[in-house]
Amino acid sequence: MPSQRTGLPASAESVDPDAGLSPTPRRREPRLPQYTVLGVIAVGGALGAVARYGASRLWPAGTDGFPWVTLAVNVVGCLVIGVFLVVVSEVITAHRLLRPFFATGVLGGFTTFSTYCVDIVRLVEHGRAGPALAYLAATLVAAMAAVSAGAWSTRRVVAKWGER
Amino acid sequence: MSDILLVALGGAVGAPLRYLTDRAVQSRHDTVFPWGTFTVNVVGSLILGILTGAALAGAAGHTLQVLLGTGLCGALTTYSTFSYETLRLAETGARFFAVANVAASVVAGLGAAFAGFAVAQSLFG
Repeated sequence: MPSQRTGLPASAESVDPDAGLSPTPRRREPRLPQYTVLGVIAVGGALGAVARYGASRLWPAGTDGFPWVTLAVNVVGCLVIGVFLVVVSEVITAHRLLRPFFATGVLGGFTTFSTYCVDIVRLVEHGRAGPALAYLAATLVAAMAAVSAGAWSTRRVVAKWGER
Repeated sequence: MSDILLVALGGAVGAPLRYLTDRAVQSRHDTVFPWGTFTVNVVGSLILGILTGAALAGAAGHTLQVLLGTGLCGALTTYSTFSYETLRLAETGARFFAVANVAASVVAGLGAAFAGFAVAQSLFG
């Protein structure tokens, strides 16, 4: 039955890939999440955030002040989530804690939208509107290209395996 | 406390907070639009904007920046889920929602970051 608000089939898609573990019907109060799920997300989030912090310490911002590290971290995280979510949702039957740990926890903690926005604020505040705009666009384009490439190439590899 | 521990602590709080917020928001509407991720990204950008403005004005120290900025806000917000949800919208034919998600997230996230920064500068500056 098509959803009245969107005109799309109600069953078409769960677009909150990091959220639900089971296809919980909408409009129902969320059940109290299991503490093991929250626990693995917390551990994953800590690991991802520390990895991002480590990257920023390994490659400190250059003299041009362009946030290359945040850009690279976000693009790498998008590439990996494209591969990972295709594998766990289309290829293998993963342990029920793997997706919350790695996608919601590690990759969610590794990539960051808030630093992306504040990086742009900083560049603008320093009177560097050009680099701010370039950073805004480059991150978006590279992130979308990375997640698409990750998902697409994973499906290609899986299809090749299937032919053998 | 060492910086790494502060980042880990912030990340260990931020990531589950994103999960809980996403579930709470997603259970309260039935559109295909990923409002849950949108919400955490905008709220996280607002908090980091405030924190950055306060830090520049000398009102937030290094510990707070590492714990709340790098750790909590970094893990509360996400670029990977944002990009994957956008890809899924585009793949399932919801092109309009895919474009709207990108436009709305960037405009609202930047607006929140700028607003938070400006408010903190005027409060603490």
